[in-house]
Amino acid sequence: MTDPSFLFGQFVSGLTTAMFLFLIASGLSLIFGVLRVLNFAHGSFYMVGAYSAWQMVQWLGPRTESFWLAVLGAACAVALMGVAIERLLLRHLYGREELYQLLFTYAVVLVLGDFAKYTWGTQQLSVPRPPSLEGAVQLFGVQIPYYSLFIMLLGPLIALGFWLVLSRTSAGRMIRAAALDREMLTALGANTGWIYAGMFAVGSFFAGLGGALVTPVRAIVPGMDVEIIVEAFIVVVIGGLGSLWGTLLGALIFGQVLAFGILVFPGFSIFAAFGLMAAVLILRPWGLLGKPLK
Amino acid sequence: MSARRIPWVLIVFLVIVWIPWLGSRYYTFLATDIVILALFATSLNLLLGSTGLVSFGHAAYFGIGAYACAILTKTHGLPFLAGLAAAPLAAASFAAFFGFFCVRLTRIYFAMLTLAFAQIVWAICLKWNSVTGGEQGMPSVPYPDMDWMAALPLLGALRVGEKYYLVVLVVVALCFALLHMIVHSPFGRMLTVIRENRERAQFIGIDVRRYELAAFVLAGAFAGVAGALFGIFNRGVFPDLAYWSKSAEVLIMTLLGGMGHFWGPAIGAATLLFLHQLITAYTQFWPFILGTILIVLLFVFPGGIVGAIHAFWTRFRKRGPRA
Repeated sequence: MTDPSFLFGQFVSGLTTAMFLFLIASGLSLIFGVLRVLNFAHGSFYMVGAYSAWQMVQWLGPRTESFWLAVLGAACAVALMGVAIERLLLRHLYGREELYQLLFTYAVVLVLGDFAKYTWGTQQLSVPRPPSLEGAVQLFGVQIPYYSLFIMLLGPLIALGFWLVLSRTSAGRMIRAAALDREMLTALGANTGWIYAGMFAVGSFFAGLGGALVTPVRAIVPGMDVEIIVEAFIVVVIGGLGSLWGTLLGALIFGQVLAFGILVFPGFSIFAAFGLMAAVLILRPWGLLGKPLK
Repeated sequence: MSARRIPWVLIVFLVIVWIPWLGSRYYTFLATDIVILALFATSLNLLLGSTGLVSFGHAAYFGIGAYACAILTKTHGLPFLAGLAAAPLAAASFAAFFGFFCVRLTRIYFAMLTLAFAQIVWAICLKWNSVTGGEQGMPSVPYPDMDWMAALPLLGALRVGEKYYLVVLVVVALCFALLHMIVHSPFGRMLTVIRENRERAQFIGIDVRRYELAAFVLAGAFAGVAGALFGIFNRGVFPDLAYWSKSAEVLIMTLLGGMGHFWGPAIGAATLLFLHQLITAYTQFWPFILGTILIVLLFVFPGGIVGAIHAFWTRFRKRGPRA
């Protein structure tokens, strides 16, 4: 049980889970931060990203470097879909109560879930790893696939990229302003409608990217949308809705709780994750690194 | 005006009480399903419509009620009435504990915490194999003892499912009477004050959290009754009864019927279940249809069926004298 290489293995697996979840949850958190909409459909975007990546790999030929093209294509397709949904429907609900927005995004979950079943069927699909990342490295007696290493590096890089854009560019300044006071920004002449659309596109892009990148590791099945959205909710709530670094922290905590929870109380690790979510909401509703809503 | 009001509720009750004698198992099945879920949706509306609290975890109390009744009657062999009494007690105790924390939060955070607690309940049901049967759930929860009905006129010839429908109808009718009393009592009015303006309610000295908690507990208790009845009707209880998509389903029912009216959720439950039966006969893509209905509802009829009828009726009456 206390075999160090085993513990290290659990740690690494928790870290990989965390980074995948961060990819998805960061979009969810950013959308909430600016639009104040809790997007249930985010998991569906992730699922559509996975299926689109599979479809494009089929077109481009599996086991080649065109995998990366497929991943990028899938993420862009999901981003386009997100913008269409936001511009055509969701934006008309901004002034309304949260319940309407929540149920609208839930309606999108239902529609996209059946759309995926109709288009790609119900059997499990999978995508092989790209040739450049096949194989594994041996570290402290643990086999770590190159692909997992890549994901573990990509997560922090994306967090850093987000942070640079948000804090150092004029577009980032606009986004932060939109999150703080939409009316004021509109009064100053900025086109907040397109800022919202852009944020939704970026958030959807990362949901799609997460879905596409997960295909070599996990099976693509119907129901993956509902499963991931609950996990992403846990992550953003722990870290703080709307907080980027909070989401990263939340993902890291969630990954480790899941990986080590299995050792402490087998079978109940998901219970521990929900318990953690409830505890954070009770003690600090705005999350570990978030700010209280006005 | 009010003296000439048609007693719709009584009429509907007197009509649906005869459903078992239509002789169709299918109608009785559908009617039982509708009556139970109408109670579930109406219990949610005590939070949603009356108090203005968006709970995204109401299925937890439905599930707790179902498991409490099933554990007592199946595992411990106690009579149905004991199970039926235990269900709202268990659901209300959990609602009191969870609600204590939930009412400290508002809006989106309230919704998230109810969701988190509901998922905890679901996880317990899923993993605590020795008590809840884990993933397999608890199949074949026993029917209540309904042999005494054989001695009564008309009832003797009924099948067990049809007798059970009558039991459900009586229990649900009692619950509806209680809920109606609660909503129209001074306590219910206080909830409306909180819904309309929470800050103002606090300002004039109402202990808002205490009222919200009371509403949460009551809503949980009635959801527990609905769950207990459903577990028997469903011939088993499963963890999915407490899963978050079930909470979303009951929210949709409430919204479809109209949360601004006492009977709205019941009408929503009836409409949704009826449509479900109708549409699944043609296509397996029911969620797609449901999602589409929901989108149309949100954009075109935000007041639900009752709201739409009401708007139509007032316009009709305004035009009436002129024509």
